[in-house]
Amino acid sequence: MITDDYNQKPLIEVRDLKKSFGGIDALNGITTDFHKGDVAFIVGPSGSGKSTFLRCLNRLEMPTGGSIMFEGVDICNPKSNIDAQRQKMGMVFQQFNLFPHMTVMKNLTIAPIKLQHKTKEDAEQQAMQLLERVGLADRYDAYPSQLSGGQKQRIAIVRSLCMTPDVMLFDEPTSALDPEMVGEVLNVMRDLAQVKMTMIVVTHEMSFAREVANRVMFMADGVVMEENNPKDFFEHPQSERLQSFLDKVL
Amino acid sequence: MGSFADNFYQNFIEDNRYEYILNGLGVTLIITLFSVMIGIILGFIVAMVRSTYDKTGKGLILNIICNIYLTVIRGTPVVLQLLITYFVIFASVDVNKVFVAVIAFGINSGAYVAEIIRSGIMSIDNGQFEAGRSLGFSYVQTMIHFILPQAFKNILPALGNEFIVLLKETSVAGYIALQDLTKGADIIRSRTYNAFMPLMAVAVIYLVLVMIFDKLVKNLERRLRNSDH
Repeated sequence: MITDDYNQKPLIEVRDLKKSFGGIDALNGITTDFHKGDVAFIVGPSGSGKSTFLRCLNRLEMPTGGSIMFEGVDICNPKSNIDAQRQKMGMVFQQFNLFPHMTVMKNLTIAPIKLQHKTKEDAEQQAMQLLERVGLADRYDAYPSQLSGGQKQRIAIVRSLCMTPDVMLFDEPTSALDPEMVGEVLNVMRDLAQVKMTMIVVTHEMSFAREVANRVMFMADGVVMEENNPKDFFEHPQSERLQSFLDKVL
Repeated sequence: MGSFADNFYQNFIEDNRYEYILNGLGVTLIITLFSVMIGIILGFIVAMVRSTYDKTGKGLILNIICNIYLTVIRGTPVVLQLLITYFVIFASVDVNKVFVAVIAFGINSGAYVAEIIRSGIMSIDNGQFEAGRSLGFSYVQTMIHFILPQAFKNILPALGNEFIVLLKETSVAGYIALQDLTKGADIIRSRTYNAFMPLMAVAVIYLVLVMIFDKLVKNLERRLRNSDH
């Protein structure tokens, strides 16, 4: 699915990215580009480094080698203003990580108000619009503990969207959910993909990856071992590792 | 009961002896109040240095200094710290004893408050920290908006307890001849040769103070608990 956007400069350029934790190599040199409008899914066995890779993209993990250019800034450089870059990269966590001492509305508006200097009215209006899109407009004054897991994760997605990011990073967004709640979160992500939000998703939801992704990456041993469009990725896996992985999870 | 009334008169009314207790109470409250303030400020600074080092690895030297402070203060008796402050550190200066006591007890309390605050910060799930940072908040902003408000609620009981301990610990202020509440009772005892009356009266005053303070902390806890669910 090559689009016009591919003729432009990539949104994120990853070059020879390495990360080791106390001598143990988690990432062994990843080189790839993410373009505007990409819906990239990263799959692979546990311990393959896919979450580490995602967390390096907004420097929640500091890479130990290589570079990541995001909108012209090398975020691996410790001197770069990472806070400014992170405002343009939404992140959704497996464990939601909503702020339990704040209402839903406060969760959604604190970052736009404090970081983008929006007025309270503007921030709340925008938050309400997004809440309506995910079907949670009536829960704006609830506290996170009063929400179900699926609702929490939808709120967490909206919290990131309120910063109008250029890319959304999803770190196993449905892995902590009860099965009946997975669908509501995937629906929100599907809608996002349809409005051309750039998304990088680490997940175990293979059928969802196949449906939504424009590219699927298979990670093993800290490298991207194979990458393809979803159809060929799942129907014609090239490497033996991917074949045996797909045999196990499909 | 006649003897009780006589005793009471002799211990508290005669020669205006109640003033020892009243003035002592004032001194005790002043020392406690200002020590608590110093303790919180000092403890907060030390806790921030230590948890910043724990979380980011920054501030090694400061962290070492803070560790030495914690080890020394928590490893020696508070009475000795008070004596050293008065007879060694301020030996050559003419200085107000209440000021000395405030400094000594404040520095002492800071060490315990520091560990309480740090434990509160460390008790907050790291995901909260990552959520704040990933939205684009700086380290300091994340602390202020997300970590400290949650940590404060968790440590309030321990903090309240520390202040109760401090209030009672100031009773050793008599070691530097400071006339606090306990010393006041002891002076009356030495004048009237009656131990029961003054010592019991002061014990009751401490008890009531602690109960009042405990009640205030519990109220605050309940208010904070109601603010989320």
